Amino acid sequence: MAETKRIFTFLLRFIAFCTTLSAVIIMVSSRQRATVLVFSFEAKYSDTPAFKYFVIVNAIVSIYGFLVLFLPSKSLLWRLVVALDAVFTILLTSSISAALAIAYVGEKGNPIAGWLPICDQVTKYCNQVKGALIVGFISVVLYLLLFLYSLHTVLNPLLLEKS
Amino acid sequence: MALQSGEKLPMFIGHVWSKQKSRWTLLGLRLLAFLAAAAATLVMVLNKQTKTFVVATIGTTPVNLTLTAKFHHTPAFVFFAIANGLVSIHNLVMIMVDLLGSKFDYKGFQLPMIASLDMLNLALVSGGANAAAFMAELGKNGNSHARWDKICDKFGAYCDRGAGALIASFLALALMLVISFLSILNLKLVNSSSHNSHNNIIALPN
Repeated sequence: MAETKRIFTFLLRFIAFCTTLSAVIIMVSSRQRATVLVFSFEAKYSDTPAFKYFVIVNAIVSIYGFLVLFLPSKSLLWRLVVALDAVFTILLTSSISAALAIAYVGEKGNPIAGWLPICDQVTKYCNQVKGALIVGFISVVLYLLLFLYSLHTVLNPLLLEKS
Repeated sequence: MALQSGEKLPMFIGHVWSKQKSRWTLLGLRLLAFLAAAAATLVMVLNKQTKTFVVATIGTTPVNLTLTAKFHHTPAFVFFAIANGLVSIHNLVMIMVDLLGSKFDYKGFQLPMIASLDMLNLALVSGGANAAAFMAELGKNGNSHARWDKICDKFGAYCDRGAGALIASFLALALMLVISFLSILNLKLVNSSSHNSHNNIIALPN
């Protein structure tokens, strides 16, 4: 029972690490050159601070996820892992919501502010950013599950085990 | 720590912490967080500015265009208002439970539920505050690559009020962080004192 739990959490952490890493890679590799009238401009992720924040946070979380995979199961650092899981889950939710807000403006525009949607001109860039956001959302859900699970095992909050 | 006084120590600390200091600190912090989140929600929901622009001049009569900036044009601000509203309701309910709910039988689930709900609301308010912060940055600086002009020079009062709501929300975020930390600490202390094991005495904070 304990063995299957360990394998299950290891697998979950590995998948979470893979999703954050792929979110970073997809977002960083998204660029497209487009010509509008006479201008030729290139759309890349670093144009928007929200996407830069998304990339930075996901990079930090993937490094953390990689290091946690190698933690031996009996070490006392698992209590630190609970606290760090909380911090990184909250950082991930804030980064995905910021990136989603800016991506929504890019897709639909804002008529009051006079902001035109740019997805029609740079469709490939837009689709790649959407893919990165979907993967980022999956990673948020996985990290939330991991955080709740580590809270349950280490702190035993529901008093389910009499030890 | 001397082992003779070991039996008395967990109950003494449990008595001091959970009854007196920690309870009123937590209650005061919750009141502040409720006020901050409610202020953020109200300022954002009531944020509105109307401005008339002269677009063209036909002969001698100017053609006017009236634009109104409201919070619900931007989905990020709608999410911000909803998230802060939920956080303020959560804090209000927790204050009520702490002051008036001593007669209910929670079957041992009260403290874990409070800790988990505090964590979830922390994540919610952080998402809302951050999305609104990046949208506000876009409105203040514009984005030259996407040809989006900044709007804060035209709608100055709207931007200022939005900035005020954002500050209140980040204050509520910091307070929720401290509140969740205290709730989880409450959990650990009750766990240690109820299990009544001598090994945990060294682990209790003092």
